[in-house]
Formats: sequence, C-alpha cells, structure tokens
Amino acid sequence: MSEIKQKLTVSASPHFRSRQTSRSIMLDVIIALIPSLIASCFIFGVRSFIITLVSVTACVVFEYLSRKVMKRHNTIGDLSAIVTGMLLAFNVPASMPIWMVIIGDFFAIVIAKQFFGGIGQNFVNPALVGRIALMLSFPSVIGKFPEPLARSVTITSATPLASLKTGEIPDVNLLGMFLGVRGGCLGEVCIAALLLGFIYLLYRRVISWHIPVTYIGAVAVIMLIAGKGDIQFAVYEIMAGGLVLGAVYMATDYTTSPISQRGKIIYALGCAVITSLIRIFGNLPEGVSFSIIIMNILVPHIEHISTPKPFGTPKKTKEAKS
Amino acid sequence: MAEKKSLGKEFTKGLIAENPVFRLVLGTCPTLAVSTSVSSAIGMGIAATIVLLCSNVVISALRKVIPQKVRIPAYIVVIASFVTIIQLLVKAFVPALDTALGVYLPLIVVNCIILGRAEAFASKNAVLASALDGLGMGIGFTSSLFLMATVREILGSGTFLSGIKDLLAVFSSDITFNGFKIPFLNENPLTFFVLAPGGFFVFGIMIALSNKLADRKGKPKAELHGCASCPMAASCALIAEDKNCEEVKAQ
Repeated sequence: MSEIKQKLTVSASPHFRSRQTSRSIMLDVIIALIPSLIASCFIFGVRSFIITLVSVTACVVFEYLSRKVMKRHNTIGDLSAIVTGMLLAFNVPASMPIWMVIIGDFFAIVIAKQFFGGIGQNFVNPALVGRIALMLSFPSVIGKFPEPLARSVTITSATPLASLKTGEIPDVNLLGMFLGVRGGCLGEVCIAALLLGFIYLLYRRVISWHIPVTYIGAVAVIMLIAGKGDIQFAVYEIMAGGLVLGAVYMATDYTTSPISQRGKIIYALGCAVITSLIRIFGNLPEGVSFSIIIMNILVPHIEHISTPKPFGTPKKTKEAKS
Repeated sequence: MAEKKSLGKEFTKGLIAENPVFRLVLGTCPTLAVSTSVSSAIGMGIAATIVLLCSNVVISALRKVIPQKVRIPAYIVVIASFVTIIQLLVKAFVPALDTALGVYLPLIVVNCIILGRAEAFASKNAVLASALDGLGMGIGFTSSLFLMATVREILGSGTFLSGIKDLLAVFSSDITFNGFKIPFLNENPLTFFVLAPGGFFVFGIMIALSNKLADRKGKPKAELHGCASCPMAASCALIAEDKNCEEVKAQ
C-alpha cells in the first residue's frame, strides 16, 4: 500500500506544464531584438545604443516605482519593461534628446501599462503609446532623422517613406533599404536584422506567422493596387517606415492581439487597411503605430466574432441566436 | 427634505462635496474643450456661473407656474435667453474671449450642469436656496476648469495665464500683464496635453484623485453602479418616487 502511494501522486490539474514563462518569452524577444540594435549602432553610431540603454533603464525604474507606489508585487523580474524600453527606443530617431525619450517611457510604462494593472492588463501596446505621445508632443523632433552612416546627428535627411508620399521613388536602392542604409527610426531601418529576429521568434515558437505575414502581405497587395501594379513601389512601401518592426514585434504582443488564428488574421488585415489608408490618404507619412493602436482597441470585439465553435456542439440556428 | 439644510450648505456643497465636474461628472464637454488655457477657462467659468445663477433664480421663481409636462422646454427657453444675453455682452466687451471660446459659448445652453441644477434643485427649492446652489455649483465648475487648465497649459504650452490681458481689459485697458512663461517648458511644450487625448488624460487623473479623497472621507465614488453610489442621489427626483434609474432608462 505504501509503495503505491509513493508512485501515485494525486494532484489537481494542470498535470503538464510548459516550460515557457513570461520571463522566458520576454528574454526571447530581447534576443530577437539584439541584431537590430547592433545594426542600428552601425548605421546611426553609438548614440542609438545610448538611447536604447537610457530607455530600458527608465522603463525598469518607472515599473519598479509605480508598482511600489501602488503597493503591488514587483514585476520587473518578468523583463517585460525591458522589452517595452527597447521597442520604444527603436521607434524614435537617433537624434532624439534623451529627456524626451524618458517622457515617452513614462507614458508607456506608467500610463499605458501600470494604470491599467500592469503586464497582461494593458489594452494597448505600451511602447506605441509612448511613441504616439512623443509624436503628438514633439512632431518637429520625431520627424527629423539623422543621415545614415554619417557619424553625426546634426544632418537630417528625408526618409524613403516621405519620398514615396510625394510620389517619387526614393534615392536609396532596394539593397540599401533591406540593409538599412536610410533615414528612419532607430530599429526600423535594417529589415535584414528584423527578419533575423522574426525567424528566431518563429523558431522558438514565441509568435506565430499569422499576424506579421498577413499584415505585411495585405499592405503589399493594397499598395500594388494603389500603385496600379507597380511592383517596385509596393516593395518600397513594405520596406519603408516601421511596417516590419510593427508587424513582427508590436502587433504580435500577446496582451493586445486576438487569441484564435482567425481572429489574428482579421486583426492583421485591419492593421494593414488602416496603415495603407493613412499612408495613401492621411497627412502623416507613417500610419503603423496608429493602426496597431486602433486595432488593439478593437481586439475584444474581434475575439467576440472569432471565437471558435467547440467540436461537437450543434450549429447555431436562427432561433438560438434570437 | 433639502430645505431643512442650512443655506450655507447649499452654497458650499457645489465647491467640493458635489463638485459638478469631478463628482457629478457633468458638463464634461466644455471642460475638455476649453481647459487648454487658463484665461479661457476662467472666462468660460464666469459665463457659465452667471447663466447658472440667473437661470436657477428664474426657474425657482417660476417653479409653481411651469406645468410638469413641458418643464424641460420651459427651462431651455429660460437658459437660452440668459446665454444669449451673456454671448452678446461677451461679444461687445471681451471680443478676444468670444474668439477663444468659439462655439462653446452658445453651447452653454445645453451644458448639463445648468439643466441638471434646474431639474434637480431649482424646480423644487425656494429662490434664495436656488441662487446659492447655482452660485456654489458655478464656482465649483470654474475652479475645476481652472485646475485642469492650469495643468494643461503649463505642460502643454509652457505658459500660465497667457492671454489674461484680454480678460482684464474689461476693467482697464492699461494692464500689460499677460501671463507667465515657464522656463524650459516654454521652449519644449508637451503639445500632447493641449490636444484631446491629453485633456481626457488629465480629466481621468483628476477624477481618480477626487475619488481617492472622497474614499478617505467615506463618500461614494463618482461611478454609476446603481442609485446608492450615485453622487446625485441626494437631489435625485427618482429616489423620491422610489424608482431605480436603470428601470427608467430601460423604459
């Protein structure tokens, strides 16, 4: 009898645990972001590293302090503040003054995240809230980008996206666009490094392909139609601006994206349509951050219409609906 | 029931305990719209206070004449007349304020605070009590606008009381004082706070703070979860009729 007891432990479910934790997922995202950080140090100089470092530090400090003030348990150990800090730094130009970045961190961590209950409770992506607050507050600063490979932050250059807006093909060739030798925000320029991170995240199964591929693919299709079949224009459009960064790292945030695959595809299509509409008709050159925020807010409704039908349950009839 | 209260209390309740903006959550539209600068907030507050005072007095005096069934149109006629008077006066004497407030000056007609006080208080109370109630609520509205505008103007424009000269010109045209410039923030204003999202943000924080203060005093929060927690409960017509406002809404 005692032998059986030793072999048989009776416990409540779950009986099988995944080794994934919030911390391991966030660590994977940080690893995936490192190639982009290195690339941006090559392109914009050591200043991009300083901005990232300050932003990460500020985010962790804000997270620690706000949890302390609200008398809640400390959550800096799950590394999510570091990811937010890195993503926000990747979303500003390398010429941004440091104190402005810290204000953005405050908006991201304290207002968008901790006011709504911390990790898993925020209804929009914190890093994007930080970026939008900065964009609305300092439009002249965030709209100017340093020249790539110039080793000085004083010169500003038009981004490929701004050229596309005026209907010209940018003066950077497609290889330059892919490697990131162009004006733009810190982390968004080097497509090669972002894709490297994407592949790593897919391999580690941190994210699924649904959102990034649908998002970028749908933007490509819409731009192909808008450019009357000009393939070069469409390729420039998907590489320009923050589309790849947004699609891979921001739109896929667990808390603010739908759970089911169908929901993810609806969500990504919505992002793509809003991004394209802002790019084609809007006053702003870039629409990725606004489109992701808008779709974040719609996620509960998307979940509602995309809940999968459990296997074996009867089909909904008209009478059952009413 | 309310007439047993002292007259002083009718005046002071609008300042903090039943502050129309932060506690009753009324008149949010003008609050968000004109709290971008302190001088237009003061102008708006004064204009609304005068209208509130006058309309409360007149409606209270006419409360036995106005038939129940057409009371809302009757109130609106009274309120609209006073708003028109104020608007013409502002246009004549403070044209700069008229430009700054724009459409929100005539929109005082539909300000929920004024109609709300007419319906909830002036239609049931004597003239003096209604006048004090209107004055207290008006000062409460002005001070909450002033508070929000202070935060938004300092952070969003880097100035304080800018444009006050145009308001003071009513008294004397020699005044040259035109507000302070906040160092550093003036060169790098956080434009976010002057825009609509910043307005909602400051408003939310203010309501959170006033809830915190109310909580400390053991008063209900400014949330609408049934009648008991409603800050309007003391003056609500439905409570007297023993009805639940959710039921009335459903009807």
